[in-house]
Amino acid sequence: MPRSNLIFFGVLLALGALNPLMGTLNPYYYDILIGIGINVILAVSLNLINGYTGQFSLGHAGFMAVGAYTASWVTLHFGASSGIPGPVLFALALLLGSLGAAVAGLAVGIPSLRLRGDYLAIVTLGFNEIIKGGIQNADALGAQRGLGGMVQYTGFFATFACAALTIVVVYNLIHSTYGRGFIATHDDEIAAEAVGLNTTRYKITAFAVGAFFAGLAGGLYAHFKQFIHPEGFGFMRSIDIVVMVILGGMGRMTGVCLAAVLLTVLPELLRTVSHLESLPEWLRRIAENRMIFYSLLLIVLMLARPQGLFNFRLPFTRKGRSS
Amino acid sequence: MTEFLQQLVNGLAQGGIYALIALGYTMVYGVLRFINFAQGDVFMLGAFAGFYLGPTILRITGSGPSYLGAALVLIAAMATCGLIGVVIERLCYRPLRSRPRITVLITAIGVSLLLENAGQLVFGADPKSFPELITDRALEFPVSWGSLSALTITLSQVLVVGVTLALLLILRQIVRHTRIGLAMRALSLNPTAAQLCGINLDRVIAFTFGLGSALAGAAGILISIQQPSIDPLMGINAGMKAFVAAVLGGVGNLSGAVLGGMLIGLTEALVVGYLSPTYRDPIVFAVLILILLFRPSGLLGRTEREKV
Repeated sequence: MPRSNLIFFGVLLALGALNPLMGTLNPYYYDILIGIGINVILAVSLNLINGYTGQFSLGHAGFMAVGAYTASWVTLHFGASSGIPGPVLFALALLLGSLGAAVAGLAVGIPSLRLRGDYLAIVTLGFNEIIKGGIQNADALGAQRGLGGMVQYTGFFATFACAALTIVVVYNLIHSTYGRGFIATHDDEIAAEAVGLNTTRYKITAFAVGAFFAGLAGGLYAHFKQFIHPEGFGFMRSIDIVVMVILGGMGRMTGVCLAAVLLTVLPELLRTVSHLESLPEWLRRIAENRMIFYSLLLIVLMLARPQGLFNFRLPFTRKGRSS
Repeated sequence: MTEFLQQLVNGLAQGGIYALIALGYTMVYGVLRFINFAQGDVFMLGAFAGFYLGPTILRITGSGPSYLGAALVLIAAMATCGLIGVVIERLCYRPLRSRPRITVLITAIGVSLLLENAGQLVFGADPKSFPELITDRALEFPVSWGSLSALTITLSQVLVVGVTLALLLILRQIVRHTRIGLAMRALSLNPTAAQLCGINLDRVIAFTFGLGSALAGAAGILISIQQPSIDPLMGINAGMKAFVAAVLGGVGNLSGAVLGGMLIGLTEALVVGYLSPTYRDPIVFAVLILILLFRPSGLLGRTEREKV
């Protein structure tokens, strides 16, 4: 058994042991903690698409929406009537939500065969808007009113077990013999094809697997917040996740996880700063708007350190590639 | 029938706005092969330039709304936005020119977000009411025109389409008949060869950015005359639609950008008129995806062969 899998089971045991302690945690910190877990899943899954495979998806929140709405629909419809126990129903809902998102990922992955870079970014963004628009027009899903009334199934153990699962699946996938093809597709598509790799299939796989886990995160999110609204899965949410991946360093697992933690905690810190009476008014107003930080961070990072903030080892790719 | 024609008129007026922004996308893409995501936000800055400069200019030209005042505000906003475009290119894009395209793309997204959020901070997030530059009114038609006489066509709608076409003609003259236009075309064909012929790459790219941004600024003024409520996030949606328009017409093709802009404007008007406003954005993006799938070079664009 590979070492990563042993670590995975160790982590699961540790989470199970920690789980009872979490009930005593201050609700505010608990909220942030769950947010970290969900963001780690989102960032790691987007990293498979944007980092390892070198595509550029700006529509990750769309996949998250598919997962969130599918899972919520399942628990809302089969919740009271059927005799299925809660946790089983929740697991089933998460699975169906993730599969739904994976299908959406396939639908986005297929046009991506012909597109790259900027065009792909816009098309994924377009898909995100189409998914959002579809939900806004679907009365069964609450349309513009949002969807609520889900039971809060998501807890500490479920969230972090899913996060650990995401990390271990993506890690094993990338480090398998098959998975080297993702990195080859990223490094040089033409060369990869010349040595016989089916880059098309790698790109579609990356989109489907990435979307699967985004859907998982969506299901967890919906059953934690107990209310979801189409506006919450728009372009801005996608940008949030993209910033995590870029900040952590595209194609770096540890960095991306660290960035997800940082960017979940940072808005809360900024909110605290914006309430400090001793600071000048303009500084507090800037602190209120986290997007100013994100955008400046993106520009400065790209100018000064395009490999990401938490990318300590040398990148596995040659410098100066063009794609 | 009248309703259908009315939707066409509304669509064309909105399409003119998209066309002007799309021209900027197309020009920058033609020279640099990259999508300037911040184009939509420069459009927003154009509207705000008019908001702040408008009252002063109107005071200088005499009291009240006039064509002269409107023209001056248009020129002032175009100049401001042109300058902003050059500055953005100098600070954010020029240092990255030899880097992978994805790096430039991420920077462009960053610039776009920065303009939106700094705009909210500086101008305030609430919508502002744009000063009245010309007195807008509905044009009257003779009764003998039959069902056409029932149409409501406002002066501002005619102005938008007129100014768009006029700017397109000026732009074509610049690209086809001036030295800098020749340099732009050379650069878009082959940057290395163009440099070997003595073309100053930096200057031509800066000029292209300035020109594209000035057009977005003009669009910002024109939309504010039509719909006098402006806010710092108005550029997001308009920018994306204009991008779809540029792709639809064929990126790199000036007439294509205008055609695409008009078509997107018409599509939107018809969807809003006959379906539901909530379907407007999804359908426009569906058009984009279909175009990229079946005719990636756009309606008027040339197909480019990929070389190893």
